[in-house]
Amino acid sequence: MQGHRTKDFWAGAIYLALGLATVILARDLTLGSAARMGPGYFPTVLGGLLAVIGAVSLLRGLLRPGELVGRIHLKPMILVIGATLFFALALDALGLAVALPAAMFIAATASKRFRLAPVPLLGLVGFTIFCVLVFVRGLDVPLPMFGTLFGG
Amino acid sequence: MEILGDLWLGVQTAFSFWNLTYCLLGVFLGTAIGVLPGLGPTATVAMLLPVTFGLSPETAIIMLAGIFYGAQYGGSTTAILVNLPGESSSVVTAIDGYQMARQGQAGKALATAAIGSFIAGSIATVLIAFFAPLLSSVALAFGPHEYFALMVLGLAASVVLASGSLLHAVGMILFGLILGLIGTDVQTGAMRFTFGSFELADGISFVVVAMGVFGLGEILSNLENEADRTTVLTKVTGLMPTRADLRAMLAPVGRGTALGSVLGILPGGGAMLSSFASYALEKKVSKTPQQFGKGALAGVAGPEAANNAGAQTSFIPMLTLGIPSNPVMALMIGALIMQGIQPGPSVIQDQPVLFWGLIVSMWVGNLMLLVLNLPLIGIWVKMISIPYGYLFPCIVAFCLIGVFSLANSTFDIWLMGLFGVAGYILRKLDCEPAPLLLGFVLGPMLEEHLRRAMLVSRGDVTSFFTSPISAVLLLVAALLIASVLAPAIRAKREEAFQDED
Repeated sequence: MQGHRTKDFWAGAIYLALGLATVILARDLTLGSAARMGPGYFPTVLGGLLAVIGAVSLLRGLLRPGELVGRIHLKPMILVIGATLFFALALDALGLAVALPAAMFIAATASKRFRLAPVPLLGLVGFTIFCVLVFVRGLDVPLPMFGTLFGG
Repeated sequence: MEILGDLWLGVQTAFSFWNLTYCLLGVFLGTAIGVLPGLGPTATVAMLLPVTFGLSPETAIIMLAGIFYGAQYGGSTTAILVNLPGESSSVVTAIDGYQMARQGQAGKALATAAIGSFIAGSIATVLIAFFAPLLSSVALAFGPHEYFALMVLGLAASVVLASGSLLHAVGMILFGLILGLIGTDVQTGAMRFTFGSFELADGISFVVVAMGVFGLGEILSNLENEADRTTVLTKVTGLMPTRADLRAMLAPVGRGTALGSVLGILPGGGAMLSSFASYALEKKVSKTPQQFGKGALAGVAGPEAANNAGAQTSFIPMLTLGIPSNPVMALMIGALIMQGIQPGPSVIQDQPVLFWGLIVSMWVGNLMLLVLNLPLIGIWVKMISIPYGYLFPCIVAFCLIGVFSLANSTFDIWLMGLFGVAGYILRKLDCEPAPLLLGFVLGPMLEEHLRRAMLVSRGDVTSFFTSPISAVLLLVAALLIASVLAPAIRAKREEAFQDED
């Protein structure tokens, strides 16, 4: 039995969970009738359909030999997504000029070839200046250049 | 000749100084980013979308269109030179184009792709100018029933044309439709799936989904196998095709254009299917089919023409019906809505400057690509050779700033991170993200038309079949789905998608 490790099984499980969650969450919304659909009608139908699709895929994964799920690479995921979350958290305090290169640095460590070297670091500084000039100065995106931590 | 007057309006718009500048900028940026390995047109357009927010609607859409075909062209360049197609539509180009490059004919392959794309783009632009107004006058008579049926057809087509498992494609569409419903219900004002969060009341922006799934998700997939770049050519010579080459590419380009133009209009279809179909056709009609896969000129010319023609004509359903036929068009619709324009049959009448300006600018943009890209090939080669380790942090940075600028809030960045993880996991499970984005954009429209249709017909479902147009559309949708379930066609479809891997 390799069933529980196939792509079909896991995709089905995700669909089933999402579908059921939709149906359950939509119970708080007015269903209405077919002629006068309430806000809950369409989501309930879609959630139900998704759950059915999920169940079929899940069963197919269990019953039929299929492709196995490849290894989920956690390290790049944690670093790259972590970098975006860090940026979201630190933007106000640090400002674009510090938070952006820091986030990029965190993301860059996800690469297998990551090494500390002067040229990429210089590139990082240059890229940050470019972004500050283009987005804050040029396009007027209301990003804090220096954050509250630096009195910006 | 009313159309001449309309086209003249378009010429005036497209040739205004700023529109020309932004078209050039779009084409240039689109190529520059599209040429980077692992970045397809969808990710490129999503990343550069926020740059256009401050522009007037017609300038913004002209620039976005430029980015789109620039990115597509850049993708072909990468496919030919390093065998790393950015998006599935240039997979076919890589087959023979890369072989030509290995035989020292990189210049010829690039020139073939450029000229083929230009011819196809020019013809497709004329087609849009003639057929879009026709289609939109038909669509003006559409009621909620017809719209609902049309969207169902579009979604059915996107299921059929998605590579990989049908079941998963349907699942992704449903998931996208549900995500699209998050936020305030327009008709009753009820909050749906917002979990009491104030930021979710307006729904999730499609840019957040696109950047998360296509931008970050793609980075995570790419980081898995950071392969060494195989020998990037440093010098590309022989860019000028000989007279014999031109003659040899003429017929494949013609056939490719015809195929691509038709398939591009189909909702859900577009670029990928047309390039696969064209490759198969060229192989069939060729006198030397054994050449294919070993550097056949027709194997580059046909699919490139088809791919570009399909990209252009996919604007027709977007502009006239407000229905996206691929993820890039879904982004375009989002961009137009942000500019305060609801894409649909009335766009041509209400926004003639935008519509005709866009059409003329498409031709101008294609010309720019031809003139710009062949001499600039040296720059593109340099861009391709940037190591991915330097590249992806910059992509992350653009995504961060772009998503922040949507609503000037960091909440969207959190969401983007979430969609990045979702995109990566779903890719691991062979669930294609394109149908998700289509469903996401269509979700609210689909629901609105369904509710209106049912209200008009007092809850009578048979009304979808008593209206002739909606009955035909739904029948075609049912046939499409049935056809894929039929074993014979199913085998053919799997065969057609096999070359991809």
